[in-house]
Amino acid sequence: MKGLSRRRRFGLAAFVAAGLIVALVLAFFVSPSASGDPDGLDKVAIDRGFADTETDPALGDAPTAGYEVRGVDDDRMSTGLAGVIGVAVTFAVAGGVMLIVTRTRRTGPARGVRH
Amino acid sequence: MHIPDGFIDGTTSAGAAVVAAGGLGATLRRAGEVLDERRVPLAGLVAAFVFAVQMLNFPVASGTSGHLLGGALAAVLVGPAVGAVCVSVVLAVQALLFADGGLSALGLNTLNMALVTAFGGYAVFVLVRRVTSRTSSSVVLAAGIAAAISVVLSALAFTLEYALGGTGTASVPAVAGAMVGVHVLIGIGEGVITALVVGTVLATRPDLVWGARGLTIDQPAASVAEGAAS
Repeated sequence: MKGLSRRRRFGLAAFVAAGLIVALVLAFFVSPSASGDPDGLDKVAIDRGFADTETDPALGDAPTAGYEVRGVDDDRMSTGLAGVIGVAVTFAVAGGVMLIVTRTRRTGPARGVRH
Repeated sequence: MHIPDGFIDGTTSAGAAVVAAGGLGATLRRAGEVLDERRVPLAGLVAAFVFAVQMLNFPVASGTSGHLLGGALAAVLVGPAVGAVCVSVVLAVQALLFADGGLSALGLNTLNMALVTAFGGYAVFVLVRRVTSRTSSSVVLAAGIAAAISVVLSALAFTLEYALGGTGTASVPAVAGAMVGVHVLIGIGEGVITALVVGTVLATRPDLVWGARGLTIDQPAASVAEGAAS
């Protein structure tokens, strides 16, 4: 069955599905183990004394703020679920935006005169 | 690298939002022109993948972490315009759902982490491709170098914004030095991750890599081209 492994047989849908599975695995299983240290900018802000200029985020009360799903007590589960939600929403929004802009291109002038 | 609310004053943040909106508008138009509708799911995947990998902070120095920005990666995979749109969506989702990056700083963050990394990174990618052979390993190498430099470009963009409207008292040269120093280290991680991902896609579906379009996909033919180039 060597023929099945030939690269051209790996269809676009299968590629996207496999890629999404990798993204979901990283988001759910790996992200809870990510470093919790401040990132480059935050570290510079701390070291250079401007970290305290940060103000409270306007959406800090969102149910998934800070990559924690409210109501899920287990930290790993909470972060992992936030990651899964983020991957799904990002895929849908990015796909939706790109679908709109590719279709607008094709039917743009016709849409423009429609009332 | 996500700027929270407060680091940069309101005027500069608003100005950045206007510039980012203008840039993103032009980028969306361009993305619509170049993306084949059948490849829309691929753009969705690139965005979702960048979101996932951005969560994976890796340690770079004592008490400091970094994560992939992904603009250069996205640009090499789906082109700079579609790539910039992908990362912009990631940043919007992060700000709106996860309070990661301030809402008032969304324009700043879109400039630094989507537009500068995708277009700046892709420019570096094209330059490196020009001076290397027409092989898939050159594409991987160029992607890695472009990704590393894109992080430093992004750090410089923040420094410029800090110079224009930073609310902190630290001097601009001090911030510039610290930002570039730490982001060179983060850039190395970005370069390695980007090279690994581009290499993996090239090994699976090379025809899906925007930055490898000049390559002959057939291995034997690629070897011939390689021979002719050297």
